[in-house]
Amino acid sequence: MASQDIAVSVDQVVKHYGNFTALHGVSLDIRESEFFTLLGPSGCGKTTLLRAIAGFESVSEGHILLKGEDLTGLPPHQRPVNTVFQQYALFPHMTVLENVMFGLLRKGWSKVEAVRRGQDVLDLVQLAEFAKRKPTQLSGGQQQRVALARALAPRPEVLLLDEPLSALDLKLRQSVRSELKALQRETGIAFIFVTHDQEEALTMSDRIAVMSNGRVQQIGSPKEIYEAPVNRFVADFVGETNLLDVEIASIDGGTASVVLPGGTPFTCPAATVLDPGRGHLSARPERIRITAPGDAHLDAVVTGHTYLGTDIQLQVRLSDGEVMSVRLQNSETTSVPEVGQTIGLQLEEGAARLLAD
Amino acid sequence: MAAGAPMGAGTSSHIYEGNAPRLMAPSWIFIGFFLLAPVIMMAVYSFLTKEFRGGVIWEFSLAAYDQFFFDRGLFGDEPPSIEWTYIGIFWRSIWQAGLATFVCLLIGFPTAWFIATRDPQSRSIWLFLVTIPYWVNLLIRTVSMKFLIRDTGPLNEFLLQVGVIGEPLGLINTNFAVQLGLFYSYLPFMVLPIYAAVERYDFALSEAAADLYSGAWTTLRLIILPVVKPGIIAGCILVFVPSLGAFLAPDLLGGAKTFMIGSLIEEQFKGNAGNWPFGAAASMILLTIVLCILLVYARNQNKTEIR
Ligand SMILES: Nc1ncnc2c1ncn2[C@@H]1O[C@H](COP(=O)(O)OP(=O)(O)OP(=O)(O)O)[C@@H](O)[C@H]1O
Ligand SMILES: [Mg+2]
Repeated sequence: MASQDIAVSVDQVVKHYGNFTALHGVSLDIRESEFFTLLGPSGCGKTTLLRAIAGFESVSEGHILLKGEDLTGLPPHQRPVNTVFQQYALFPHMTVLENVMFGLLRKGWSKVEAVRRGQDVLDLVQLAEFAKRKPTQLSGGQQQRVALARALAPRPEVLLLDEPLSALDLKLRQSVRSELKALQRETGIAFIFVTHDQEEALTMSDRIAVMSNGRVQQIGSPKEIYEAPVNRFVADFVGETNLLDVEIASIDGGTASVVLPGGTPFTCPAATVLDPGRGHLSARPERIRITAPGDAHLDAVVTGHTYLGTDIQLQVRLSDGEVMSVRLQNSETTSVPEVGQTIGLQLEEGAARLLAD
Repeated sequence: MAAGAPMGAGTSSHIYEGNAPRLMAPSWIFIGFFLLAPVIMMAVYSFLTKEFRGGVIWEFSLAAYDQFFFDRGLFGDEPPSIEWTYIGIFWRSIWQAGLATFVCLLIGFPTAWFIATRDPQSRSIWLFLVTIPYWVNLLIRTVSMKFLIRDTGPLNEFLLQVGVIGEPLGLINTNFAVQLGLFYSYLPFMVLPIYAAVERYDFALSEAAADLYSGAWTTLRLIILPVVKPGIIAGCILVFVPSLGAFLAPDLLGGAKTFMIGSLIEEQFKGNAGNWPFGAAASMILLTIVLCILLVYARNQNKTEIR
């Protein structure tokens, strides 16, 4: 990929707070016009990385490049990057329009042009009629869109969003998700979106970087992250999975032959080069089929059901005591095995993966 | 509780509704007795005739206001011209109080900012330190100030000994000394409300401003000052109003040249030489000025609310 197609390049960034290290040499390339998500559990360093890009935190080591230019040492107000803050941070003494015009006026736009651009952007987020209100006179969702409009108005090279949806209730969050995604396509601005909600990440992103403990674990499309996780952490954090302790018989390139808990041999894709020995097989609950016991990959006893609306989740126990979950789609034709019944579990070839720790 | 009231259905505000006048009574009595009554008394006295040994004769007269605004010659028989003496004193007092307020703001804002941005534990220590002088009576504080800065006081002696100055600075009985006294007396009244406002200030707003291409000074001017403005105005009022009526600092530190409203009024009620109606009239005029200033403030507040 040519370097001018990269909007932001994070190169071996290390961040220390005293003797605590929040980022351990993070490297990422964010492409232009891309919806890029930083996903990870609380405290993994997402906000720290975002604030380093915006210039609110200095980096201890490494570089951050914007369109190939090193941003190191540049204060926040000189970086052509805008942020949507988690709690919005709207200026309470200004109207919605004045909030949106703020960045434009500081960049030296004339008042007339700033008003025009401000109104255009408010149109874009469907808030034109609220231009003269104060932020406190708006609902949470409306405030969120003002924050978005304010950050988009100066046409930043990159827009940074730190969990912008976390203050909204579930229903609103779902509708704002698609609006946000549409807005990103429309404006063509690269978005770096921080979330710890894996569903949000999977539905909105072009690419996701999964982080944990200040390190990037995997970067890829939502499909790659979900279907081909590189390690246990990613498989476990993104979506739900069953991790089976298996014996590795042999590994040949990306394919491994393993022995399942019941003694059945099984061939599956392997994430990385692993040593023979014991490993972990990840099998998503919805990628397991229920068959008659005996000639299936695994035999198990049903220990419980959970009704999830669209799905029914079965809790099952293998003969060696390991617990797994299996998902059945909830339809009229679905036959749900009784608790206590012995069933066979068939793992879909290619959908179960052998993972590194 | 009234016998017919529905059981259990009422919210707490509902329960208290019927009793509101009765529950409010103590505060109304207090306000009436200690706030309104003195002001009304003052207003009434300002329209009475003076008695020569202090006190009043209960007879309506505009003489006090006439004396304040008009000059009718030594025997009161010349055609009236404007009397500038008292207007001059008022003007000088307003100017002094305004300057003291400005100086308090200049020093008080950074102080309040400094305290509000410390970690919570040291904040309370700093606040405590700021209020320590208030454990001492104002009169004693002002007298101590006089002792400190007079020509034979420790300040001058120290500077003379070190050799920074050749002769005493002559600080006492100057406007500067009055300013110093007012500043010292009322600085905490500026610091505390601004501190309260800055403490509530959301520093994410400063980050948002910086993110939107605003340098530090622009952020101060366009974001921080407007957001903490209520605290600044409260502080200014709390310093300006008592400074305007102050008499200790001008009396003890300023001498005759810096005569202020407070001293003028004080004199009218002191001993047998006083003129109670005139003192009351001067107080009423002072009260009117202060009310006008507060009204302008309230008007401004409302305007920003609506805009
Ligand atoms: N100013 C600071 N001083 C010391 N440690 C800090 C500071 N800021 C963050 N940290 C630490 O750095 C780590 C990463 O913090 P960060 O805020 O980036 O997490 P996050 O991934 O955004 O988490 P969340 O999802 O909870 O917002 C945390 O362990 C946090 O305690
Ligand atoms: Mg965070």
